[in-house]
Amino acid sequence: MSRGRASGRVSPGDRYLGYLLVAPVLVALAAITVYPLIYNIWNSLHFDNLSYGGLPHSFTGIKNYKAVLTNPVWIGALERTLVFTVVSVGFDLVVALALALMLHRQFRGRGFLRAAVLVPWAVPTVVSAMLWKTMFDPRAGFVDYFLAAFHPAWAGLSWLGANTFRSWVAIFVADSWKNIPFVAILLLAGLQVIPGDVYEAARVDGASWWQSFRRITLPMLKPALSTALIFRTLQALLVFDVIYIMTGGGPGNSTQTLSFLSYNTFIVNTDFGTGGAMSLLLVVLALVVSAIYVRAFRPATT
Amino acid sequence: MTAQTAARPAALHRAARPARRHHPARLIREALFYLAVVIVVLIALFPFYWILRTALESNGQVAAGVGGSNGIIPASLSGSAFRDVFTQAQFLTPLRNSIIVALGTTAVTVVVASMAGYALARLNVRGTGPILAFILLAGFFPVLAMIGPLFLMLRSIGALNNIYPLIIIYLVYTLPISTWLLKNFFQQIPAELEEAALSDGATRLQVLRKVIIPVAVPGVFTAAILSFILAWNDFAFAVSFLTSTGNFTAPLAITTFGQSGYQTYYNLIDAAVVIISIPIALLVLMAQRRIVAGLTAGSFR
Repeated sequence: MSRGRASGRVSPGDRYLGYLLVAPVLVALAAITVYPLIYNIWNSLHFDNLSYGGLPHSFTGIKNYKAVLTNPVWIGALERTLVFTVVSVGFDLVVALALALMLHRQFRGRGFLRAAVLVPWAVPTVVSAMLWKTMFDPRAGFVDYFLAAFHPAWAGLSWLGANTFRSWVAIFVADSWKNIPFVAILLLAGLQVIPGDVYEAARVDGASWWQSFRRITLPMLKPALSTALIFRTLQALLVFDVIYIMTGGGPGNSTQTLSFLSYNTFIVNTDFGTGGAMSLLLVVLALVVSAIYVRAFRPATT
Repeated sequence: MTAQTAARPAALHRAARPARRHHPARLIREALFYLAVVIVVLIALFPFYWILRTALESNGQVAAGVGGSNGIIPASLSGSAFRDVFTQAQFLTPLRNSIIVALGTTAVTVVVASMAGYALARLNVRGTGPILAFILLAGFFPVLAMIGPLFLMLRSIGALNNIYPLIIIYLVYTLPISTWLLKNFFQQIPAELEEAALSDGATRLQVLRKVIIPVAVPGVFTAAILSFILAWNDFAFAVSFLTSTGNFTAPLAITTFGQSGYQTYYNLIDAAVVIISIPIALLVLMAQRRIVAGLTAGSFR
């Protein structure tokens, strides 16, 4: 077929041209990811804090790792990050699946619905975070206004910065509002490659909607679901912007996540040794989670 | 393509049995479906209405609160926040910075990703598989793990608190998806097209310029839109490397707006939020189909 590579006709000169054309991408991405990774490994084994300008950057071995792994602040951030990831990925995926099924139907106004759903995804996180910060503000937002209309005791609750649980609720709402659309679009693409006649055949056989959902949609959606799951999980594990903007990690440090702590250590404390160790642990965590997913979703070879 | 052809049999089927449409149970189901659609649209868009409503309040109305003088539908509108955001808050400078960086990243991405996408699709580069895997992996690399070393790098060359290095750094957001997208796109262009030109004596680069690029315009356009959105939206790198307000990008500048004692002037913040959402909303409305196609092409192999 015409889709394949014109491999038979590639001359050696073309191959050199190929390397030349690929080189810029590789150089750019290596400079932004691989070099910092190696630099982090180096830093993590040294004392390297700009606030102690005069002190030598002496080799400290695994001291930084020991300090991070026994630091209750880091352990707290790890726990919060994991809980946030599990809750938000689970919730987002279920809602996104429903949304994708909705978008998959042929109906008048589908284009409008799709555009309306895409807007929250496309706007900057600073918009979604600031927007929901406004909404949860007792004076400026609608949340308090509507809750007060339901029940007088629900009026005047402070959401951000005063109560840990309610701060998380607000972060969670802002994050899901922004991220569900993307997951839904990925799942929609998965739904669109399921041939329609499979459903026709099931309907002819008298299958209910639920049966064809369980027996056809879910199994055939598995590749799209696994892609969406990996995307969304890594995104949630690394959550930063929305936390920084909405709560700044507070009240206290009760909404600090691993990425937030990494920012604090690098940029606020200018401690590149400890920060390097934290970063590497974050990279390892992301790799472990991806590996688990890839293994779990590997297509069964029979 | 697949979606349209797959949906057609179902539509034909429905049209062939018009009697089913008017069944009461079916009508109720249809009504519930549209109710769900309305709820989804409200959840997606009502917050934007609220932002616009807040942005059009005067400082006095903001201070009075929603329950005070103003209701869900504001009693009176005021453009003062949109004026103040430029005069008091100097929003024009961060907007200009964001436009420079986002357009710069988009331009570099389009050139670099087109070259690589073409080579990976057509030129039988050795190690294509591992190269593509590395590009994908780079897209998942934790941003907050990179900021420390990048901070030190920028510091050592005196490029901290400068918007121009961001043009390169933002490539980590844009290159992975754009390269994958364009590789997939070039693979779908029939190879016969270039073979004909090659056998007419054209060189590879001539073929690329005269034959491939004109056909690839839609794919390149999609990559450009996605790149602009991704670069425009960054917060993490900007907050880590930029220190003086004159060098802030728009998303970063917004987080410093509206604070005055115990009062937060949400009208000022939300006017800025409206302004930076406008280009993105326009892009989405204009190119909704293309964006969806691009996002999904980037994620499936």
